[in-house]
Amino acid sequence: MTVTLFIPCFVDALYPRAGISMVEILERLGHQVVCPEEIACCGQPPFNSGYHPEARTIAAPVLEKLADAEAVVIGSGSCGAMVKKFYPELFAGTRHADLAKQVASRTWEFSDFLVNKLGVTDLGAKFPHKVTFHDGCHGLRELGIQKQPRVLLANVNGLELVEMPEVSCCGFGGTFAAKFPMISSAMGEVKCAAAAETGAEYIVSSDSSCLMHIQGLLSRQGKPTKTISLAEVLNTR
Amino acid sequence: MSTSVSEFKTRAAEKTGDLRLRQFIRTALRGYETARDRRKGAFQSWESARQAAAETKWEAVNHLDTHLESLVARLEARGTKVHWASTGEQAREIIAQILRDKKARSIIKSKAMTSEEIHLNHALEKEGFTVVESDLGEFIVQLRHEAPYHIVFPSMHLTRDEIRDLFQKELGDAPSNTPEDLTMVARRVMRQKYIAADVGFTGANFAIAETGMISITENEGNARLTAALPKTMVTLLGIEKVLPRFADLALFLPMLATAGAGQPMTCYNTMYSGPRQAGECDGPEEWHVVLLDNRRTELLADAEQRDALHCIRCGACLNVCPIFRNVGGHTYGTTYSGPVGSVITPHLRGLQEWKHLSNASSLCGACTEACPVKIDLHHHLLQNRRNASAAEPAFFERLAYQIFGILANEPKFWWLAKKLGWLTQPLHGAVKGSAIDPAKAWTKTRDLPPMPMETFKDWWRNRK
Repeated sequence: MTVTLFIPCFVDALYPRAGISMVEILERLGHQVVCPEEIACCGQPPFNSGYHPEARTIAAPVLEKLADAEAVVIGSGSCGAMVKKFYPELFAGTRHADLAKQVASRTWEFSDFLVNKLGVTDLGAKFPHKVTFHDGCHGLRELGIQKQPRVLLANVNGLELVEMPEVSCCGFGGTFAAKFPMISSAMGEVKCAAAAETGAEYIVSSDSSCLMHIQGLLSRQGKPTKTISLAEVLNTR
Repeated sequence: MSTSVSEFKTRAAEKTGDLRLRQFIRTALRGYETARDRRKGAFQSWESARQAAAETKWEAVNHLDTHLESLVARLEARGTKVHWASTGEQAREIIAQILRDKKARSIIKSKAMTSEEIHLNHALEKEGFTVVESDLGEFIVQLRHEAPYHIVFPSMHLTRDEIRDLFQKELGDAPSNTPEDLTMVARRVMRQKYIAADVGFTGANFAIAETGMISITENEGNARLTAALPKTMVTLLGIEKVLPRFADLALFLPMLATAGAGQPMTCYNTMYSGPRQAGECDGPEEWHVVLLDNRRTELLADAEQRDALHCIRCGACLNVCPIFRNVGGHTYGTTYSGPVGSVITPHLRGLQEWKHLSNASSLCGACTEACPVKIDLHHHLLQNRRNASAAEPAFFERLAYQIFGILANEPKFWWLAKKLGWLTQPLHGAVKGSAIDPAKAWTKTRDLPPMPMETFKDWWRNRK
């Protein structure tokens, strides 16, 4: 299968290892990966701030570039939800309305694609560490992805998964983190404390943006817990 | 910046800095979640129950006109006086006039968020009436001259010690900080107020169109006493409280108790259908029901967010909301706090003045998942943002997104922006966290990740 990989802007600029791992995993599974270089951002920041015309300016070219893709795989539940769930809403009543629905129906979040489209659950990875998994809220509640990453982690050699006592948001929320930094940071502190309760060495997530927030707080507070993307864990040998 | 938003930010900064209170609230609400989840198990299928409740509320709200007519006709048939109030001001005046007509001096009240919404106590006290809250939590916050902290648990922010100290100061009595002792103190004080009261005032949880009944659910029996002792009873409710059928209560009463407090049922559930009838030995001689619009019909006209009128005020969305848990109820500065408050307050009190509540959310969706009547809460926050930006775009924010759009749509510019970011990164260290740091909103409490020299796109190009 030809997989069109959509690398979110912050993965491109800040977490290239996560994106590289996705390419390597998909290629190892025998798929051809294409990655449209000119796609930069899904348009979620203006969309979530309520600026729909500005969001469409960014999202319309993205849609056009994904028009012929057999399968679009997005390395983030958040950007995945944007394309899969919110593009049809954003483009409703515009000339891109049908295209938005078509592309949405062919779009997958990375872990969901591996498990539910490709039927792959064991990637032969080896990661001998105690980890906990953070569900990005968009992946969890907009796309209903909860089991998929856990099935994949269950088959990683040497990995011990310990769940946090509560499912909670990391407090990032895109521009929310800058508009209401005190609330965002307080939420992040709760998340870090929940992760610390598990005694995990690593916090794993499908969403690098959540990990950026969590790692930002952990580093500032000098906490030893580390963060790593799901794709990187799955790409270990 | 509007006063509401600057006050919100000031209070949020203050409350998020109160680690003791945050931990206290979090522990309490974690306890609630455990109890609620256990009680959800008593439903054959909680999800089916939610769906059924949402459909019933949809039916009620989308045919509100006929249900209200039916409710009122049946209430009036049994001698209840029904009043219609378009605004809070009208409702206050109707209620004050009833009190004047009755030459009343003292009013005993059971819990009613609708009365908070129209600031009833303040208005009545200004006219010289004595108003006493009889719900224990409301009684406590009334003694503190505070608004309820939470729509279901008004005084959940207070420790037992704080309540003991308050009772000692205000009531001159409180032998210990045990709930039993504190309750007995409140009970002794309140019984006298009940006896002295000329009028009993209640809210309502549901109004049954089919039978013309008001349903009140409570745990303390205070609402029952409020309705039973005084000769005159006044009930204030929002028009959206209507349910079509009596049988609907079979679902809504346990659902409200479960979602709201993790209880199978509240301790007292009472249905009122009219004042004392001939041959009956109890009940008020006169009953007035005030139906309040206060811009609910405007929300009804908004097809996209009409389902916000499904709200049964259970507080489930507040309990699971990470924003509420960290900033608390008073920070919102609204009658209805938490996610549902952030959704409806812009409709009830003005979008531009209250849009910040819709922005103050990470859109995590925990509220929508918890809502027993399936209000699409977090998507409504997004719609409020869209409506606010479309009506009055913020100049600099829109400009920033326009520039962002130009960068995102031109690969050369995008590449250049990333390289500039990488190059200027070492300079950022010099100003990090300071007043001139352009990223200070982030860096005050968080580190920024280092930008690697080779981005993903660089790797991809080099590899090809």
